[in-house]
Amino acid sequence: MSDSGLGPDLSDVFGLSSAGGEPELIQLLTPEGERVDHPEFSFDLDDEAIKGFYRDLVLTRRIDTEATALQRQGELGIWASLLGQEAAQIGSGRALRDQDFAFPTYREHAVAWCRGIDPLHLLGLFRGVDMGGWDPLADKFNLYTIVIGAQTLHATGYAMGLQRDGVIGTGDPDRDAAVIAYFGDGATSQGDVNEAFIWASVFTAPVVFFCQNNQWAISEPIERQSKIPLYQRALGFGFPGLRVDGNDVLAVYAVTQAALQRAREGSGPTFVEAYTYRMGAHTTSDDPTRYRVSEELEHWKARDPIERVKAYLTRNGAADEDYYAAIEEEAEELAVRLRKGCLELPDPSPLGIFDQVYEETTPELQIQREQFAAYLSSFEAAPGTHQGALS
Amino acid sequence: MTAITLAKGVNLGLRAAMDADPKVLIMGEDVGKLGGVFRVTDGLQKDFGEDRVIDTPLAESGILGTAVGLAMRGYRPVCEIQFDGFVYPAYDQIVSQVAKFHFRSRGLVKMPIVIRIPFGGGIGAVEHHSESPEAYFAHTAGLKVVACSNPIDGYWMIQQAIASDDPIVFFEPKRRYWEKGDLDESAPPDDLFSSRVVQEGTDATVLAYGPMVKTALEAAIAAADEGTSVEVIDLRTLSPLDMTPIHASVRKTGRAVVVHEAPVTLGLGSEIAARISEECFYSLEAPVLRVGGFDTPYPPSRIEEEYLPDLDRVLDAVDRSLAY
Repeated sequence: MSDSGLGPDLSDVFGLSSAGGEPELIQLLTPEGERVDHPEFSFDLDDEAIKGFYRDLVLTRRIDTEATALQRQGELGIWASLLGQEAAQIGSGRALRDQDFAFPTYREHAVAWCRGIDPLHLLGLFRGVDMGGWDPLADKFNLYTIVIGAQTLHATGYAMGLQRDGVIGTGDPDRDAAVIAYFGDGATSQGDVNEAFIWASVFTAPVVFFCQNNQWAISEPIERQSKIPLYQRALGFGFPGLRVDGNDVLAVYAVTQAALQRAREGSGPTFVEAYTYRMGAHTTSDDPTRYRVSEELEHWKARDPIERVKAYLTRNGAADEDYYAAIEEEAEELAVRLRKGCLELPDPSPLGIFDQVYEETTPELQIQREQFAAYLSSFEAAPGTHQGALS
Repeated sequence: MTAITLAKGVNLGLRAAMDADPKVLIMGEDVGKLGGVFRVTDGLQKDFGEDRVIDTPLAESGILGTAVGLAMRGYRPVCEIQFDGFVYPAYDQIVSQVAKFHFRSRGLVKMPIVIRIPFGGGIGAVEHHSESPEAYFAHTAGLKVVACSNPIDGYWMIQQAIASDDPIVFFEPKRRYWEKGDLDESAPPDDLFSSRVVQEGTDATVLAYGPMVKTALEAAIAAADEGTSVEVIDLRTLSPLDMTPIHASVRKTGRAVVVHEAPVTLGLGSEIAARISEECFYSLEAPVLRVGGFDTPYPPSRIEEEYLPDLDRVLDAVDRSLAY
C-alpha cells in the first residue's frame, strides 16, 4: 500500500520504523531472559560479567530515581531521566576501553557511570551550580551537550585527531582508540548529525554513532523524524548501520564492541541504532500523558532491560536472592550518599563567572569584575540597606 | 624588506605558524589544491600534506564542529570560512560551542581555534559575498575578534592569533587582499590586542578597521589639503577593544568619528561611542559620529560604491563634527 500512490510503501521496502509491529533487532537475551544466538554477534563474557552488568543497571536506575526525587523536592531545577535506557547505556559504556572517548547528550548518566564518574558530579548541571563537575579530557567523557546533535561533530573531530596521532590501526589493544557519539532519534534530523556522518565517512574517522532510538523526541514520535528505520540511513552515507535491541545489555555490548573495534582498526564509522524506549518523561518538566498512550508503556514494561538479566541469572543459578539483596542495599547507600552530596553542593561564587571566560582574560572583563566586586561589597559596607532587604 | 600583498602576508604567516607548531591545521573549503578562492592558503597543502591542510566537505557547521573535537585532542585548527555570508551555518557551533567551552569546562578545555573570514564589500560580488558580520561575534562572550588592514599586520596577526589559546575570529578585508606593503621580519610586531595610531593629527580622530583604514587614511590626506589635521586609529582588535589609545586621542582632538562598512545600528561604532562618552565626556567638543553601512541588506553591487563609506562620507562626518 502506498501513501501517495506513486510507489510501494516505504515500510514494504525497508521494514517497520517503529511500534505497530515487531521490528527486526539484533538480540542475544530475550525479554524472558533466554540466551539466543545471532549469526554475526555473540556475547563472549562469563556470568560474572553479566552479574556486573546487573549491578550497573540497578545502581544507575537508582541514581536516576533519586535524581528525579531530588527534582520533585526542589533540589534540582530539572532532570533528564534515563529510565528504560539503562541497557543501551551500560552495554555500550562497558564496551569502551580506557583510551576511548565518549561524547554524551545530557541523558547518558549510565555511560558516565561506566567512565568512573561520581554520579554526584552529574547533578551540578541540573542543580544549577556548574555545567558539569567532571574533567572531560581526563575522564574521556565530554561534558553534557544540550544543543541537539552538536556533539556528533565534536566526536568526529576528536576521531580525526586520533587518526592524526596515529593511535588507530596499530594492532596494539592498549593503544588503538575509538570515539563514541551518543544522540537520540530526534537528533538524526539535525544538520550537524548529518554533517558528522559525511565527515566521518569521507575521512574514515574512527567513530561509532550510537543512537538511542527511544521512540520519542519530547512529544514527537519517531515517525516525525524518519520514514525509514534510522539504522538504514547509514548506507546512504557510506558506512554500515545496525539495529540492536537496546534493552538487551548483552546484544548492545556485543554490537558496540564490534563497532568500536572496527573503528580502532581504522575501518571507519558505524551507526548503531539501539532500539529502546523512554519509560519516563523527556525531563521532569514534561508531561507525556498529553501525547502517548498507556498501552505503549505496558508494551515496553514487558521488555524491561533489568528484569531479563535477573531472569537469566536466576534461571541459571548464577545469582540468588542474597546477591540481589546486596545490590539493593548498595543502591540504597548510593542514593543516600547522592542525596546528602547534592544538598551540600556549594553555590558558585558570583565573581567566579569572570574567571573562566578566556584562557587569557581581557582588560574589559577585569574592569567588569572589579566593578561588580565593588558593587557587591558596597552592601557589606552598609548593612541594613539593600543587604537587609536581600536577607 | 619584501613587498608583499595582504593575501601573501597572511599566507606567509600561516606557513610560519605551521612550521613552528605541528599541531596547527588548516581546514576549509578549497583550501588545499586550489589554495583557497583568494589563494591565501596557496602552496600549504603541497608542503604540509593533506592531514594538515584539509579540504573539507561543503558544510560550515561541520568545519567548526570538527574543529572543536580536534581542539579537544590538542590541535590548533585554523578554519577558513570562504566568504563572510557563509559563516551563518556555523554560527551555532561558534557561539554555543567554540565560545563557551572554556567557561563550561571551568578552563579545563581550551579552544585554540582561529576562524578566518574574508569580509566586506567593494569587489562587485553577488549576494552574501560582501557582508560585515563582526558585531555578531564581538557581542559573544568567549570569542575574541580582530581585523587586519595591511600585509604586515596580516603576517603577524595571524601568527599571534594561532598562538593564542582562546578562540579568535580573524577578519581579513577581501578588497585589500592585493594591496602591497613592505614586510620587515626583523621588526617586532605590536601586541595582537592593541589599537594603533596610523596617522597623527590634532583636529579630529577617525577610528577604522579592516578595509576602512585605507579609506580613513585617504580622507586624512584630503582633509590636510583643506587644513584639517585628522588622526587615524586602526583598531585592529574589535573584542576586546583597546580603548587606551582611543581615549588619549579623543582627549587630544575632542572629536571622534567611527567608520565601518557594517550597518551603523548596534555596530562596533555604537559601543565605541558609548565608551568614549563614558571616559572622555568633558573632552568632547562634539557627539561621537558614526559612518557606516545603512540598515539595509547589502545592495546589488552596481550601487555598492554608494552604499559603502568612502573618502567623501568620512570627510563629511569630520566636517559635521568640526562644525558642531
